[in-house]
Amino acid sequence: MSLIIGAFTMGLILSLLSLGMLISFRMIRFMDITVDGSITLGASLAAVLISAGWNPWVATLAAMGGGFLAGAVTGLLHARFKIPELLSGILVMTALYSVNLRVMGRSNIPLLDVPSVSAAMETFIAFMSGGAEKINTLGWMISSTDLATFLTTLFICILIGTLLFRFLLTHLGTALRAAGDNAQMVLAQGLNNKTMIIFSLALANGLVALSGALLAQYQGFADVQMGIGMMVWGLASIIIGEALVGKAGLGLAITGTILGTILFRLLIAIALRWGLNPNDLKLVTALFVFAALVAPSWIATLKKKISGGSRYAQN
Amino acid sequence: MLKINGIRKTFLPNTPNEVRALREVSLHIKEGSFTAVIGTNGSGKSTLLNAVAGTFEPDAGSIHLNNLDITRWPEYRRAHLVGRVFQNPFAGTAPGMTIAENIVISMHRGKSRGLGTAVTRSVRDEIADRVRVLKMGLEDRLDNPIGTLSGGQRQALTLLMATWLRPKLLLLDEHTAALDPKSAAKISELTKDIVDHEKLTALMVTHSMQQAVDLPNRIIMMHRGNIVEDVHGDQKTRVRVPDLMAAFDRIAKRDLFDESVATLLARQYG
Repeated sequence: MSLIIGAFTMGLILSLLSLGMLISFRMIRFMDITVDGSITLGASLAAVLISAGWNPWVATLAAMGGGFLAGAVTGLLHARFKIPELLSGILVMTALYSVNLRVMGRSNIPLLDVPSVSAAMETFIAFMSGGAEKINTLGWMISSTDLATFLTTLFICILIGTLLFRFLLTHLGTALRAAGDNAQMVLAQGLNNKTMIIFSLALANGLVALSGALLAQYQGFADVQMGIGMMVWGLASIIIGEALVGKAGLGLAITGTILGTILFRLLIAIALRWGLNPNDLKLVTALFVFAALVAPSWIATLKKKISGGSRYAQN
Repeated sequence: MLKINGIRKTFLPNTPNEVRALREVSLHIKEGSFTAVIGTNGSGKSTLLNAVAGTFEPDAGSIHLNNLDITRWPEYRRAHLVGRVFQNPFAGTAPGMTIAENIVISMHRGKSRGLGTAVTRSVRDEIADRVRVLKMGLEDRLDNPIGTLSGGQRQALTLLMATWLRPKLLLLDEHTAALDPKSAAKISELTKDIVDHEKLTALMVTHSMQQAVDLPNRIIMMHRGNIVEDVHGDQKTRVRVPDLMAAFDRIAKRDLFDESVATLLARQYG
């Protein structure tokens, strides 16, 4: 049971990463690789600040701010200095590796016996249950710590999802989406396209760093290597989400991304249970994204072959 | 109103493909006038329009609009004063966003955009009222992505968006050229209605001689980066399509003559 609730919690935490990437990859259509560095930045900032005795919520917000800055730098490199988007992301990601080592002072910070954002929820649950170790939740016995983390993460996810949804419907949010949809139109309507890109990437990486901060608190450590391959995981989650609910409408896109991330984590948990070597995880994810990207055209060709080619001459 | 003074633009300078798109072009446009720019392919008419829109900075010369020197203003900043409709009917709207969202963006052209909800109920009603005037039935489809509409419908909406906030200057870049004849006629008519009704100052590049005769009250003809004819006032009211065609022929003949003289000279001295 703890496997499933663990996968759910992990999915919810990483769905913030996917939501960030929904902004960069899907809305402004920017192939942003900063993600691999900014999630670690979020984790390391949160770990260092919480270890230093900061309130976990404040530390998490500060981590988010760090990601915001990292994204802004990527945007600036692309928009101001005309560096190709992939390269801007790679530069910042590489630089962040050193920054993260500087922030942490070493390659790994454990977060044991320090409060996390779910501390308040733990106290609340302990108060309600009279301090029981395991809680009967819908017929399942779940450890109170796991439940507290899950509920806190769920709360943060719903809050961020709603805020993001509301934001994308504001004047600024509408302009942001338009900037990704038609840059020429946005210029003709008096919007500085470059500012929109910088702002969008900052926002996206802020969410990614938030995800990293929560991830560090959940798994109990921040590690300088933890960001590797995160971008592909996020992409896989977005693709699964789109397959689940389609892309029609903002609300659906946001819900789908969250659900997609959770489903993806569940699939991984199951695969690991069945004996998938954890070392192969990133290879399998990469293959999955590859398949998801080429499958649509394969299926179309296959359909044509099965129906015996096109029936009419095409012009 | 609009004062273009001696602007020059050379693309790919100092290369074999050098194009001198504008050579010392000056043009003054009065408030409330509707000017058409016609000319052969590569004459520099679209370049002239883009210079005003701010797609590039001219090599020399200045552009003043509304008594402001906008020569060095970036494209997005000029949008405070300028409304634009493009040749490509898909260029002026964001296809993945709804009709209402697209229009809301244009309702704030050149203004700051805050965190208020973009499409509120009252804004929606206002949009529906204005879109109804187009008589395209789009008022019932305000929540459809604009990418599902036809080129003509999108161009009509672009025109509406460019003029929603009264622009100091409306730039029309062959905005009917990519449409089917019926849609083109409709957009032409709509352009005239809006420009007349709002008393706009407009600058229109066109390939259609008929449009140049019908819509504006002044015609500029360009050739090889220069203005070669300027038809306005009484002369403009009398001008017909054949007159314009004759002007084109004159230019073509002069070109032919220039070339034959050049060959003659080359043969003599080369």
